[in-house]
Amino acid sequence: MNKTNFSIIGNKKTKKSVEKAASVIFTICAFFGVLAVFSISIYMVVSGTPAIFEVGLKEIIFGTVWRPNAADPSYGILYVILTSIVGTFMAIIIGVPIGVMTAIFLAETAPKPLAAIVKPAVELLAGIPSVIYGLLGVLILNPFMYKLELAIFKDSPDHQFTGGSNLLSAVIVLAIMILPTVINISESAIRAVQKDYKHSSLALGATHIQTIFRVILPAAKSGIVTAIVLGVGRAIGEAMAISLVAGNGANIPLPFNSVRFLTTAVVSEMSYATDTHKRVLFTIGLILFMFIVLINLILNKVMKGGNKDAK
Amino acid sequence: MKKILKGTSFFVVMFLLVGLLAACGSDKKDDNSNKSNNKTETDKLSGTLTMSGSTSMEKLANIAIEAFMIEYPDVVASAEFVGSSAGVEQVIAGAVDIGNASRNLKDSEKEAGAVENIVAIDGIAVIVDKANTVADLTKDQLIAVYTGTINNWSELGGLNQPIVVVGREAGSGTRGAFEEILDIEEEVIYSNEINSTGGVMAKVASTPGAIGYVSLDILDDTVVAVKLEGVEATADNIKAGSYFLSRPFVMATAGEISEQGEVVLAFFEFLKSAEGKELIASVGLIAAD
Repeated sequence: MNKTNFSIIGNKKTKKSVEKAASVIFTICAFFGVLAVFSISIYMVVSGTPAIFEVGLKEIIFGTVWRPNAADPSYGILYVILTSIVGTFMAIIIGVPIGVMTAIFLAETAPKPLAAIVKPAVELLAGIPSVIYGLLGVLILNPFMYKLELAIFKDSPDHQFTGGSNLLSAVIVLAIMILPTVINISESAIRAVQKDYKHSSLALGATHIQTIFRVILPAAKSGIVTAIVLGVGRAIGEAMAISLVAGNGANIPLPFNSVRFLTTAVVSEMSYATDTHKRVLFTIGLILFMFIVLINLILNKVMKGGNKDAK
Repeated sequence: MKKILKGTSFFVVMFLLVGLLAACGSDKKDDNSNKSNNKTETDKLSGTLTMSGSTSMEKLANIAIEAFMIEYPDVVASAEFVGSSAGVEQVIAGAVDIGNASRNLKDSEKEAGAVENIVAIDGIAVIVDKANTVADLTKDQLIAVYTGTINNWSELGGLNQPIVVVGREAGSGTRGAFEEILDIEEEVIYSNEINSTGGVMAKVASTPGAIGYVSLDILDDTVVAVKLEGVEATADNIKAGSYFLSRPFVMATAGEISEQGEVVLAFFEFLKSAEGKELIASVGLIAAD
């Protein structure tokens, strides 16, 4: 008898216990993730809600003045929420067309040697730490933006000059940062479109470009929407890079204003915050968390819709 | 090999002990029996000292604990830099011995049991980029710049270029001190709120027409510190009281210093000694009396 034999020829008893042990281990591992999400959710709600009762939900969400350390403090983050929404939206507007076109290029039109350059470059883009994006933004984008700002607002003395740290800089950085996500997921969506569609379209006399825009893209729609939603998730959750380029003033999100995102609001003030100020920062975190949950719900819906289409 | 190390360490310990005895001479209370060095029945201090708090106090804290550990080799001291408020929070919670704060303690913190021990005074320097031609600002001009009533350097006798107002994030000790001293706590309009001293310097250095403020001790030659009311930002001027932008560096303890363990007691005594004052001066601060 071979006691250590786990294979199918092992005796029935060993086999059974091994099976059982393995499945228990798998279950425990699976619950780590659930546990983490569960505890984070509870923690965010528990630590994010006290300030809502203290300050008032309306004052926080619809207030426009952020002066947490004043004698009569106000904790309005309307502009911060708007900045996150507007900034993310603008980044999507810029990043998605570029990303989807790149995906089409990689999946459909690229000559092999060129694809061999673009593909690794995109992959590398995904691996660059966000702080590097931020640094490059500070060194290259901000001085350029400042020149633009000086030229545009030459005759408007009321404009507060930001030295190039503005919404536009942040949006450009974000747009670049979401590119890899959008490109990779769109590309696999485009590649997953059944070849029959393409061949049928070409056989009917449509050109390659017509086929791409009329047949392949509509067929890959749900995958591309998934890419966009994930891009939104990446953009709204990004903190490090934009904290370096956005200027962090809690202002209305206009292109040349110094602006503050939900993430940077938490990151930049957490270390020195006390009392109510700190609790409000947790509330901001909770709001951000809810945004992320919302995005994930949308994502789930989109993916389910996509599966139905496939069937 | 091990034996050699043991022998060497014994000599090192003996050497330091002799130095210590010569240096202090005075008796120190010692409840700790030194089990590691059972050969010596001296007034040797051992234990741990932990501090946590303001990033502005990083230089001071590091140099102080380093020198303290040379003075008392059996003491293991460590410092973390998590921000003034977090540091005070930790000392109240009992997580550390000393909480560093680069501002006066708040009433809520004092009520929670933290005691304010001012060990040094820090000056805040107002900085501009190197190409700026304005070298002197009055208090009123500084207030006007930071509250947005003056937004071009030409109004201050400089070039015709807009002023980019750079500052620290809400909650920062430097910002709190700056706004409090100028009495403009609810009126400052920043175009850039940066969450580190180095970040402020970098932004000011790289932006023509920028103005910012940083601790005096971290000042370097990438930026220019302007005179305030004709007074240069130097330690001597702060001590003399002629430079108005200065703030206290607090090492908070949970309860009075006299209630602390002997290591903490020794640390504060060390800071008050001539050597400690020299250290404080060496990082650009003014020792408190």
